[in-house]
Amino acid sequence: MAISVASGKGGTGKTTIATNLAAVLGKGIGFLDCDVEEPNAHLFLRPNINCSEIVTIPVPDVDLEKCDFCGKCADFCQFNAISVIGENILTFPELCHSCGGCSLICPQKAISERPRELGVLEHGFSGEIEFVHGRLRVGEAMAVPLIERVKKHIDSKKIVIIDAPPGTSCPVIATIKDSDVVVLVTEPTPFGLYDLRLAVGVARILKLPIGVVVNRADLGDEGVFEYCHKEEIPILMTIPFERKVAEDYAKGQLLVKESIWQDRFLALWSKIEGLVK
Amino acid sequence: MKELVIISGKGGTGKTSLVASFAALCKNKVLADTDVDAPDLHLILSPKIKHEEAFKGGHKAIIDREKCTECGECQNLCRFEAISEDFVVDDIACEGCGVCVHFCPVEAISFPQRVCGKWFISDTRFGPMVHAQLGIAEENSGLLATLVRNQARVIAQENGLDLILTDGPPGIGCPVIATVAGATAAMIVTEPTVSGRHDLERVYGLTQHFQAPALACINKFDLNEYMTEEIEKFCKAQKIPLVGKIPFDPRVIEAVVNGKTIVEYANGSISKVIAQVWQNTYNFLKSLP
Repeated sequence: MAISVASGKGGTGKTTIATNLAAVLGKGIGFLDCDVEEPNAHLFLRPNINCSEIVTIPVPDVDLEKCDFCGKCADFCQFNAISVIGENILTFPELCHSCGGCSLICPQKAISERPRELGVLEHGFSGEIEFVHGRLRVGEAMAVPLIERVKKHIDSKKIVIIDAPPGTSCPVIATIKDSDVVVLVTEPTPFGLYDLRLAVGVARILKLPIGVVVNRADLGDEGVFEYCHKEEIPILMTIPFERKVAEDYAKGQLLVKESIWQDRFLALWSKIEGLVK
Repeated sequence: MKELVIISGKGGTGKTSLVASFAALCKNKVLADTDVDAPDLHLILSPKIKHEEAFKGGHKAIIDREKCTECGECQNLCRFEAISEDFVVDDIACEGCGVCVHFCPVEAISFPQRVCGKWFISDTRFGPMVHAQLGIAEENSGLLATLVRNQARVIAQENGLDLILTDGPPGIGCPVIATVAGATAAMIVTEPTVSGRHDLERVYGLTQHFQAPALACINKFDLNEYMTEEIEKFCKAQKIPLVGKIPFDPRVIEAVVNGKTIVEYANGSISKVIAQVWQNTYNFLKSLP
């Protein structure tokens, strides 16, 4: 079973919810940090990383001996990743989406593929929690293939908690699309509400059950609560603003080291389980 | 003409609140919001839309079931697992590469342009603004961010405005690259948390990669003075100008709730700090070629 923790707006508390939930469930849990642009969960779960692999995607490699500069590859490529100018052929690997079209289409069979590095995937354990995250290479635009690789580490028999990136575009969709339930973390401000609506839209297109966690629930207005009520989206948990919570977060400490927070996160878990059934 | 982009790495550090206040403090500029999948600046600036246009980003494959012979060639060739067992293209998985379209032996697959969102040119109480909304579950946020920046540049040129002020997206991926590449300077808004500190380093790396001079601002600095010192040390070591430290203040959230910028909403110290941050930023921008 996979539970994604997502948000629309950034900085609402996804990582706080995901890491504390994993920590309170403990043994046998899998944790995936799919925010490969800015992975943060390791700062809280502090896993021992025991293996690391470089993740690549295939990009074109042109054999100039065979190429006759016909330009069919350049005409075909939807992403402007290959270009023929006179007797010269240029590739732009960072624009390549790895569809393989250019090598399929080349009449001279002059295009093979070589790997291009996107980032690294790291695997380890935080206590009895199995931990995987990806770190996108700085300057790299292609987050999705790295996210897909991180997700391949899901053992579908396990309970897997997935920390999603912010936003509502491709990296989020790639992260949450096969989940059994999506927990959307928001804050009760007009920013939080606007982005929550977008995130709910994404989850509904993907036909995923959703529940909402409202963080800093007493700083803001009623908009998020009214919206959830109207849309019949269950509010699974509210967390009031407490300076102590913010300070613990700042230091990279988990809330569930205290028993009161263990109870709250166990209560959250039973509501999440209820959504799946 | 100069372009200041405001980014953060980590989300929720206060980019949009700060940009909105800068909008109120700064004259002769055009505003841009390149956080196209979760844009929020319009919630404070209440833009009056003057021009709206569909954003066409790429194509999508559609299989004509009448012509399809179910030979399976498209499924074999598609690397995105976008074609179902019963030969329907999954719009969400489809990358728009065109491989299936080209190699279908019976030409059963069409490839129309895909409308991925909308973009707008608007008027606000602080001047013109270019913004966008990516369609739900659509792609090409980088292209749309680039389009927003280009339109903002056109407006600045046409109206003789000296500055483009751009509210960027979180992260370091595609839309952030599209926001930072070629900007005059990138302001990184960070916060004194382990996450803020970690993400600052990566997003600063991105500004270096694209040769955009960076400057930093620490928001809610008093929530963890130790981490604020750590960030200050990092900025000093990397020679990143620190243009200000903003204290935690609930009035920042109240301002958002009231649809106002902080400098409009709150008199007193918080607004003075932000005005000083803007002044320091402006001086830094002036010093750049």
